[in-house]
Amino acid sequence: MSQANNSLSLSNPHPANFNAKQKTGLAITGLGLLAFFMAWAGAANQQPLIFLIITLVCFFGGGILFTIGSYGHLPKGIKNNRTMFTSISSRGALAWISGVVITGFYILLYWRDFWKELFGADLFIGLVNLFNPLSLLLRNTKADQWFVYGTLYTVAVLVMGFKFIYKYRHNRYQQIRTTSVMFFQLGFAWLLPGIMKALYNYEPYLTYFWPLDYDAIFPTTLSYFQTQGAFGMFFIFWGLVMTFVATPLLTYFFGKRWYCSWVCGCGGLAETAGDPFRHLSDKSMKAWKIERWLIHSVLAAIIIITVLLLVDNGFKNNLLGGAAKDIAKGYSFVIGMVFSGVVGVGFYPIMGSRVWCRFGCPMAAYMGLIQRFKSRFRITTNGAQCISCGNCSTYCEMGIDVRAYAQKGQNIVRASCVGCGVCSAVCPRGVLKLENGPDNTKRTEFLFTSEDLKILS
Amino acid sequence: MHIVIIGNGITGITAARTIRKHSDHEITVVSGETDYFFSRTALMYIYMGHMQFKDTQPYEPWFWTKNRINLKRAWVKTIDTQNKQLLFSNDDRMPYDKLLIASGAKPNKFGWPGQDLIGVQGLYSYQDLEELEKNTANGINRAVIVGGGLIGMEMAEMLHSRHYPVTFLVRESSYWNNILPEQESQLITRHIREHGFDLRLNETLKEIKGDANGKVTSIITGSGEEIACQVVGLTAGVSPNIAFLKDTEIKTDKGVVINQHMHTNVEDIYAAGDCAQFQHALPDRRVIEQVWYTGKLQGEAAAFNMLGHDKMYEPGFWFNSAKFLDIEYQTYGTVLNTLREGETEFYWESDDHQKCVHVVYRESDHLFIGINVFGIRMRHEIFNRWLLEKQKVEHIISHLSAANFDPEFFKPFEQEIINAWNNQYPANTIQLKAKSAFTKLIFGN
Repeated sequence: MSQANNSLSLSNPHPANFNAKQKTGLAITGLGLLAFFMAWAGAANQQPLIFLIITLVCFFGGGILFTIGSYGHLPKGIKNNRTMFTSISSRGALAWISGVVITGFYILLYWRDFWKELFGADLFIGLVNLFNPLSLLLRNTKADQWFVYGTLYTVAVLVMGFKFIYKYRHNRYQQIRTTSVMFFQLGFAWLLPGIMKALYNYEPYLTYFWPLDYDAIFPTTLSYFQTQGAFGMFFIFWGLVMTFVATPLLTYFFGKRWYCSWVCGCGGLAETAGDPFRHLSDKSMKAWKIERWLIHSVLAAIIIITVLLLVDNGFKNNLLGGAAKDIAKGYSFVIGMVFSGVVGVGFYPIMGSRVWCRFGCPMAAYMGLIQRFKSRFRITTNGAQCISCGNCSTYCEMGIDVRAYAQKGQNIVRASCVGCGVCSAVCPRGVLKLENGPDNTKRTEFLFTSEDLKILS
Repeated sequence: MHIVIIGNGITGITAARTIRKHSDHEITVVSGETDYFFSRTALMYIYMGHMQFKDTQPYEPWFWTKNRINLKRAWVKTIDTQNKQLLFSNDDRMPYDKLLIASGAKPNKFGWPGQDLIGVQGLYSYQDLEELEKNTANGINRAVIVGGGLIGMEMAEMLHSRHYPVTFLVRESSYWNNILPEQESQLITRHIREHGFDLRLNETLKEIKGDANGKVTSIITGSGEEIACQVVGLTAGVSPNIAFLKDTEIKTDKGVVINQHMHTNVEDIYAAGDCAQFQHALPDRRVIEQVWYTGKLQGEAAAFNMLGHDKMYEPGFWFNSAKFLDIEYQTYGTVLNTLREGETEFYWESDDHQKCVHVVYRESDHLFIGINVFGIRMRHEIFNRWLLEKQKVEHIISHLSAANFDPEFFKPFEQEIINAWNNQYPANTIQLKAKSAFTKLIFGN
């Protein structure tokens, strides 16, 4: 990925020594991992509660202590020192190892039954047992691998969200935004579905809608809800309103950030656990071209598939036979599992935290079109203060070359921008500001002549 | 026509882009420093690990081929103005029809004993960064920075990021108070000390000592103290990099002397950016301007004149910005370190001493002259407009909300600032003109 770089090899610094708090934090996290892996291997089958408590307490406690050790003694401000030298955040050995481990975990998770058949043993039984006490408490149901996964995911968002908030404790936009994604992950993607499961034996995810929740308006889903009385009708109504009314309206007023970096669970993980990797996104023109083709193809695919299924259903499946369902299954496998699941998170340490959001998510594509062509959201450039340093582009998780606009004094209106606000935060000259306002893209013409602003490209 | 540009910094590259946009002439940009244009303001971030070198390059390599801008990697030895040729250090020659000198600057060395020892350096070029990497490759116990300007602060911050103790020798009685008014200077001085720098005020460099291998081992201060160190940063300003012009007929003083059309005394030769010196200074501006945007504007002006358009260099009202560790600084209009005759001021500082606003205005009619802002971002466009409209200070203070450029949800300080004004001038109270937070959220500014 990264080319051999003269300056980087020159810049090889002395290893950063962890301080006592960081070391203790890491040791406690390690203890939690030990309990977790022992339980996975079966050690917790008799006493899962003890192991579960140790695991969770250590994950939270270790993470919080490490965070305080990392930033607590430093004055408030941007904390990017050594990002490009640290193994985990600069595609070093640790990054490759964790990339393989996370990707492998996802492959085991998504195809649990396949591996069960292949190996003759259920690889997840230890973990499922470990999380049983929590699942019974919350959902009044035994755990399955998805509960295990959802819980780990939520823990990651909460612990790393705390780290992010603490890292940006000088920046209220970052604090409020991160609190929001943590709230929606915990409340709407974990607690609420769990409680609903206990009460009504159904797990609704109210913050996922079509086209991200790609089968939300498939005929099978609709006919299932129709059998579920008032509840079912509410979910159909909620999904349709969110997709076709709320999303365009909110995106018009606030840009797609209202969802991508404030509500969405994929975004939530990217903004928290993915933060150490945000600068790894590819900023080249080539990557932007690939992005536009890929993400809009996915959007087109799910629209066509959904329409086909609905039309086919209208003809009582006589039109296409089983073909439409096979295509839908293909989408579910390629996009739903491999792309958004495995690649989306597994490749964080190598390709950055927003691979799925940038190249694949049809919801992002849908909102991106609105944001690009009819939205009040943009990033405003502050006159001629830009010094082209490149911090904004470097730390853009969506791979937008923010600097290319800022140095021309041009507002940034890009389909992919999720409004995380980090470009504005890392700018040393106060050049960038996320704003909602009249949807014109004005340029800084008062200082530089308009001639100069029209860049060659 | 073959247009040759010496220097691939912001000035030379802006000129090349402008020329390409308006003509089909052959363009060659010569640089000995790097293959591609990079932002030298970002050198510090490479050392600190915020960015890689390639991240500091605003254009990808294909940009130059696509726009037919030839790049030549070479050092220019001299210019043969008679035959209109550049002479390179390897004795190759390159003919030109029109030439732009945008060769930048180099760190000042004031003849200190020991200033050429290994480990003593400035920070301006890519080579300086490489040298700093080399000088700190095996770790150091202390660095001494000499000169309290912006580059000194950057260098101190760079070394600090790698956990090297830094002693900072500043000739002035508080940091940068040859530029900043006392209040701001004190605010930054405190901030520097909070970050753990050994800041020595009213202190100069007398001598740099080295060992038998020619490596720096310590410095002696003006007050006679010896400080052991392995790196000495010389950051007492930069001066035009024009040594290669000394045997030519191009007129130089401190820099290459030019008129407002960026033209030198020699036909078809122009100069712009850090290396250039105007014959006459514009109001409230210096004859040598060495900041990013002036390089950009001068490069653009030079390009138009080289293409035969009659374009004066007109930079407009002074503005600038910087970041001192964690505190951002912006300035619009003219705020000198001491008030000029007929000027008066209004100063506000936040309770945590991390933010301040310093407005200078004319005593007689309250005409707004300039503002320094620390820790709060302000809109360039609005201040530029207010300066053009010759607004009064009361208008500025009461409309500060409109100029606020801080990220959303940041605590606003306008009311506090207005309260401070009203306390100071009870006979001349003003009201805040602001939109509610809710209207702002929905409808923006």
